[in-house]
Amino acid sequence: MAAQHEKTHPPVPYSLYFKVWIALILLTVLTVSVSYANMQQARILTALMIAAVKILLVVLYFMHIRFERLLYTYMIIVVIVTYGIFVSLTFSDYLYR
Amino acid sequence: MSPHAALTPDTLAPHASAAHAEHYDPVACKIGMWLFLFTEVLLFGTLFIVFAVYLTLHHFDFASGSRQLDKLLGAANTMILLTSSLTMALAIAAMQRSNRRLSVALLTATLLLGLAFLGIKAHEWHHKFEHDLYPRSATMLANPYGQQVFYGLYYTMTGLHALHVIVGCGAIVSAMVLIRLGRVRADRIAFIDNTGLYWHLVDAIWILLFPLFYLIG
Amino acid sequence: MTSIPAPLTPALPTYLDVRRGLVSWLTTTDHKRIGIMYLCGILFFFLFGAAMAVTFRLKLYSPGLHFISNETYNRLLTLHGVTMIFLVIIPSIPAIFGNFFLPIMLGARDVAFPRLNLMSWYCYMTGGLFALTSIAYGGPDTGWTFYVPYSLRTSGNVLLPILAAFILGWSSILTGLNFVTTVHRLRHPAMSWFRMPLFIWSLYATAWVQIIATPVIAITLVMVLLERFMGVALFDPSRGGDPVLFQHLFWTYSHPAVYIMILPAMGVVSEIIPTFSRKTIFGYKYIAFSSVAIASIGSLVWGHHMFTAGMSDYARVTFSFLTFLVAVPSAVKVFNWLATMYRGSIYLGPPMVFTLMFIFLFSIGGLTGLILGSLATNIHVHDTAFVPAHFHYTMFGGAMVVFFGAMHYWWPKMFGRMYHFGRAYASAVLFFIGFNLTYFPLFLAGVHGMPRRYADYLPEFTVYHRTSTIGSWIMVAALLLMIGNLIAALFNGKRIKDRNPWGGATLEWQTPSPPPPSNFTAPPDLSRGPYDYPVEVQDP
Repeated sequence: MAAQHEKTHPPVPYSLYFKVWIALILLTVLTVSVSYANMQQARILTALMIAAVKILLVVLYFMHIRFERLLYTYMIIVVIVTYGIFVSLTFSDYLYR
Repeated sequence: MSPHAALTPDTLAPHASAAHAEHYDPVACKIGMWLFLFTEVLLFGTLFIVFAVYLTLHHFDFASGSRQLDKLLGAANTMILLTSSLTMALAIAAMQRSNRRLSVALLTATLLLGLAFLGIKAHEWHHKFEHDLYPRSATMLANPYGQQVFYGLYYTMTGLHALHVIVGCGAIVSAMVLIRLGRVRADRIAFIDNTGLYWHLVDAIWILLFPLFYLIG
Repeated sequence: MTSIPAPLTPALPTYLDVRRGLVSWLTTTDHKRIGIMYLCGILFFFLFGAAMAVTFRLKLYSPGLHFISNETYNRLLTLHGVTMIFLVIIPSIPAIFGNFFLPIMLGARDVAFPRLNLMSWYCYMTGGLFALTSIAYGGPDTGWTFYVPYSLRTSGNVLLPILAAFILGWSSILTGLNFVTTVHRLRHPAMSWFRMPLFIWSLYATAWVQIIATPVIAITLVMVLLERFMGVALFDPSRGGDPVLFQHLFWTYSHPAVYIMILPAMGVVSEIIPTFSRKTIFGYKYIAFSSVAIASIGSLVWGHHMFTAGMSDYARVTFSFLTFLVAVPSAVKVFNWLATMYRGSIYLGPPMVFTLMFIFLFSIGGLTGLILGSLATNIHVHDTAFVPAHFHYTMFGGAMVVFFGAMHYWWPKMFGRMYHFGRAYASAVLFFIGFNLTYFPLFLAGVHGMPRRYADYLPEFTVYHRTSTIGSWIMVAALLLMIGNLIAALFNGKRIKDRNPWGGATLEWQTPSPPPPSNFTAPPDLSRGPYDYPVEVQDP
């Protein structure tokens, strides 16, 4: 029953990985420069948002989720959403004490 | 000798498990690997929750703690790990094209970058130890509460992360050995594929660690 | 029982007698053998945990008894909890019956990762060894919950039981990982998701909880060790930490843990009731989705263990609401089971007796959970004897009673032997009496103010505690009778040559008893669904 030869997608071109890498490096430079600006509260939020974009790029392209079957995407969403609720419920305590 | 010796499990059943040599299910291997990665996400995720809670409770101390870390070294480490993710992804792409030489070369590059990361990390820790800033040191115990917890989390999270980098390096070496032995090939790519997934996750965790520890000052 | 008729076909080796010797078992990758090895470990630790409980209950026979010191009482209580939760109830149904029957029910030859499965078992035994070894160092005295800051400072042994829990966590994770992959990849081609037995649905939902929740406690316990032994500031309030944060993280796993315990049990109930009612399950999809709902919502209610710990009102209301919400899918299941039985042709075999006992005891446990889940009443009963009464009704009277039922259901399949029915019924009745005598008085004592985990008590609580202690003796007698009956069956129980003594419709009843190493002697017949009765019953 287990398919011996899965329909393998054509290999991702090398150049795509380089492009993602460039994007990641640029975003890192951006994050570091923003940290020198005087932004206080927004600093953490901005840093987290940029980090989220970087992680998304790593997951989608380096980890191939963009090209794999949807099952993995659904599983990842379930885990991220669950984790997000863990964080929210914990903060429903800490933010309102 | 048992008269049933000829009735081995293999002769009785046509399909077998993912681990069986002749029946190789790369999808099962990948699902299993992702499930394992989910446990790592929750493992570090818990630590991030602890960080977030204490950041909320000790905002000022965390900011001053962050300023005591070397931003540029952290950024350098980030670049190193991002590049190692690139070489890792390229190594797998090379193996998919059956380019063994290139794959091994790229894996070597990944390994070296990983070791460089560890080297810088060790240097950072050593620097802190030299300044009497380790758990239970006199200087640490005299620190404001928020900073003590900041450092507690710093050592725990970067330490656990470094441990994962070491394990990843071990996996890369194993992959290189298996490629040399011909046990990892274009049509049998699960091991190096999964090593790549692990490595990218370790990179992703650092992507989140870096700004939280180094850039909130 | 007279002579066994000669088999018409040459006998295939069963999974039990193909390759003999201890080493062949310790290096096996056969999911059935691994299930049996778990059975041995779990029965041992169950009796070990029960022995500790009977012992500390002796101290509570009368107020002011000191043949066991208060410190020893705390240590017995703690190790009883650690043993029962991590070494017995959590693995029980998934590791034994899940391992044995999940592949067979799916029409597969084994799980997706057989060697990882063996590693799970070694993790389990190693964790058990660490827990036992902690006794040599006096054992932990923190309660199984290891709350900080006491666990950071106590002179009781904390390292070994925490390491035990950590290793056992990985055993649980690996089992969950294996099951999810197996359900996705090794199902028989003709078995769609909604043609799977409900036991599989429950194991699948449980496996996800194992994967997502267990790492949380793993790292939390590691943090406790880092702080205790290396002074890393993480939870200690004198270093800037928040002890309530430990509680948040601890219960983020430990509450879903109870759903890891009960969901597979409910899955077993969904197998036994239709079989013994000779009637298809009522509301298959509702039960399947309820399993998923319980796993999901149940992972979000952990704060109900912390209502008096100092959380915000906002958090408390949210957790209380979610706690009430999670009772709904459980109730859906109970009603569906009862509807299945209605107008069924009910056969009260031993598995069914235990299952009906489960419904009764679990309902009491569940209803008292509402008292605990409601904020106002919680303040009155939190940390009283009401709490252990509640969780023993749900975990012991619930999950473990189904475990007993599962043993009686699948014993003939696993071993090809039938046990003595009379002794099984007697043990069930005796257990029911002993169980209720042991735990019901604790509800009353708790409501009247008796705190939990106390080594001594005021004289006005004597009648409750004494009844409970006597009840524990009756209960242990019942357990020994029950387990003794099952083990005796292995040696002189009636051999059953037939594949389907109960008339079940899931695939394990198409295999020989015991099954061959490859599970099936012929391709399994999937022309009927898992609850398509009547199925030809071959009497034992």
